[in-house]
Amino acid sequence: MSTLFYISSIVAIASTIMVITRYHPVHALLYLAVSFLSVGMIFLSLGAPFVAALEIIVYAGAIIVLFIFVVMMLNLGQETAQQEKEWLKPKVWVVPSALVLVLLAEMLLLLFTGSQQVMQVSQVDPRKVALSLYGEYIIAVELIGFLLMAGIVGAAHIGKHRKPSLHRFLQNGDTEKEKAMPVREQEVISNEQTVLHD
Amino acid sequence: MSATEHILIVVGVLFVLLNIAAGLIWVERRLLALWQDRLGPNRAGPLGVLIVLADTLKLFFKEDWIPPFADKWVFILAPAIVVGSVLLSFVVIPFAPGIVVADLNIGILFFLAMSSLGVYSIVLGGWASNNKYALLGALRGASQMIAYEVFMGLSLMGVVMLSGSFNLGDIVAAQQNLWFVVTQPVGFVIFFIAGIAETHRLPFDIPEAESELIAGYHAEYSGMKFGMFFIGEYLGITLISAMIVTLFFGGWLGPAFLPPLAWFVIKLFFFIGLFILLRASLPRPRYDQLISYGWKIILAIVLANLLITGAIALWLRG
Repeated sequence: MSTLFYISSIVAIASTIMVITRYHPVHALLYLAVSFLSVGMIFLSLGAPFVAALEIIVYAGAIIVLFIFVVMMLNLGQETAQQEKEWLKPKVWVVPSALVLVLLAEMLLLLFTGSQQVMQVSQVDPRKVALSLYGEYIIAVELIGFLLMAGIVGAAHIGKHRKPSLHRFLQNGDTEKEKAMPVREQEVISNEQTVLHD
Repeated sequence: MSATEHILIVVGVLFVLLNIAAGLIWVERRLLALWQDRLGPNRAGPLGVLIVLADTLKLFFKEDWIPPFADKWVFILAPAIVVGSVLLSFVVIPFAPGIVVADLNIGILFFLAMSSLGVYSIVLGGWASNNKYALLGALRGASQMIAYEVFMGLSLMGVVMLSGSFNLGDIVAAQQNLWFVVTQPVGFVIFFIAGIAETHRLPFDIPEAESELIAGYHAEYSGMKFGMFFIGEYLGITLISAMIVTLFFGGWLGPAFLPPLAWFVIKLFFFIGLFILLRASLPRPRYDQLISYGWKIILAIVLANLLITGAIALWLRG
């Protein structure tokens, strides 16, 4: 199984690097999906099929929402790609690379000087995770729930606005209040066709 | 099971599935014609069976055109995803005792994972076409399928609670005495509705809606790439029917005078016929109606079903 693990790890790293370096947001998102699939494969090769399936359902399945955001929010095209290209100058890489180097140094330190205890594999089955989430850490779970709820309410509030209806059938509205509102004046367009009709 | 047997099963399942999906094109057109009081395709071969062959040949000889304004690789990738993800889902379905490609412990989750990957084909196909109707279809398809995927997953959890397993073989075995459609009627109805929405079949074929979106996400596709979307739809119907049979109607279980595989196929074709009858008889709802129906009604019902099933399961356990 360790061959599978290493192959999928390499795929994960390569696709994640591609996510960062693509100039086109949609291509970057596709690589992100590949990266999640390979992480799912890593879990599967380590003998955790349940987590692997959840990884794909929750992450790879939900990235599609991000995809829609990209389509809706960004003006894709040559200019965006150009802008991305300008943002990804070598200068930008300095701070993240330095931070990652710190982490790399830490990892190497642990690998070479740390005792075996650090690298010990301990198995935690999903049942235990679920019990500790809903027992010991229930307050944290509920707080996260509040946070998500706030997000949903905010989104619903932003998204909810009544557009004036332009269709002549719907213009008078459904409720009494809307019916009382004045009907928009119909503009009569006259051209050769209407003249012919008249 | 030896390696050769395993390979035989894989090849056999693949062969039968692709033939069923192709044959369904003829079955659907003949059945629709029957219900609409006309003849349907009846020229090529006996009863017009060879219409599928003629269609396939035509698709192969058509110009396989990629629009110059499209995103070429994503455009090519999209139809492959739909067929790939649906065919992969069949891996976990037990057709008869011993005839299953991979008896996974996480069977239902695997099915849900593959159906959530299936959304990519619509969105990528619609986006890569670089056509506003295709993009509208893709956005509709994405929100419809993401929403109904949630209900689909939740409606299956009642079955999982009652059988105590994600493994489809175990779920079939748990229905030895009583089919789950009796104990989980609400779950069945919601799974059926969500299944139609997931395969975006009429009446829920809002992503393609030919009368308003000129075929939606696959408007720019031609030749065999369009054929892939087409065959993917029929594979999707077969998949959802097979899942309904396995989860709610006892899979291959049945009286002993017919072999298990025959029972499975009979039940499978009953539900495929039901899918086609729905297409023949129901009008398409408006897009916002579909979404608000999902989130305001189905979500509430499916959560209530989950709560009540959980309570009864706990009570029965003591």
